Amino acid sequence: MHRRMLLAGAALLALPPARAGATKPEVAAAIQALTGGAKLRQGRIKLDIPLLVENGNAVAMTVSVPDAVSEAERIRSIHVFAEGNPNPNVINAFFGPRSGRPGLSTRIRLATSQTVIAVAACADGTFWTDSIELLVTLAACIDEI
Amino acid sequence: MARPLINAPKSVRRGEVFDIRILIAHPMESGQRRDDVGKPIPREIINRFVCTYGGEEVFRAEFFPAIAANPFLTFSVSAVESGVIVMTWTDDLGASQFESIEITVT
Repeated sequence: MHRRMLLAGAALLALPPARAGATKPEVAAAIQALTGGAKLRQGRIKLDIPLLVENGNAVAMTVSVPDAVSEAERIRSIHVFAEGNPNPNVINAFFGPRSGRPGLSTRIRLATSQTVIAVAACADGTFWTDSIELLVTLAACIDEI
Repeated sequence: MARPLINAPKSVRRGEVFDIRILIAHPMESGQRRDDVGKPIPREIINRFVCTYGGEEVFRAEFFPAIAANPFLTFSVSAVESGVIVMTWTDDLGASQFESIEITVT
């Protein structure tokens, strides 16, 4: 009995953090402000972050556009949100016509285990998204000097 | 601000897409932390980065406190003509750091 409970507990710990319903209200509001209510679709962009983050102070993140898109569908901007951070905004990036491949890599801070969402705005007025649910073992933001 | 490190090719073929990698030393103080006596440390981050190529904006980013210390960024540029690529970092205090590189398009 005892052992079975332990096993159940271990299984719970191993599960990724439960997705709190859908998106957090403030993140949903930020995305709504960005899209103006337009539908978000999966695809066109790809978000890459390790699923298990050992140190939340510097997490490598890449947003890329795997398939070439036509000039009319050019990706104008990419916005990244981290739901579990005190301020969910991470980065807004804007691409001019001369930017080669839209996309970026940087290092971000993650306060806790959470879902990270990337949204891309295209020149044809469509919005695309990708998200990753991840575990953070050492959180950013809590350290003192 | 500290002098940034920039990694980009010196010469590229016309039409080629190349990556620019940048790194600048900056604590990116998030405004979430407290000092030894519990006083909040005010936010002080680089909040803006702009890259122009031949005077035209190719890439622009708004940073938030969720960008890690010593911001590192990779983005790409499409080679059009030989020219100067100018990069500008601006922080919360309004201070700016400029850096330019010359690119030869063959």
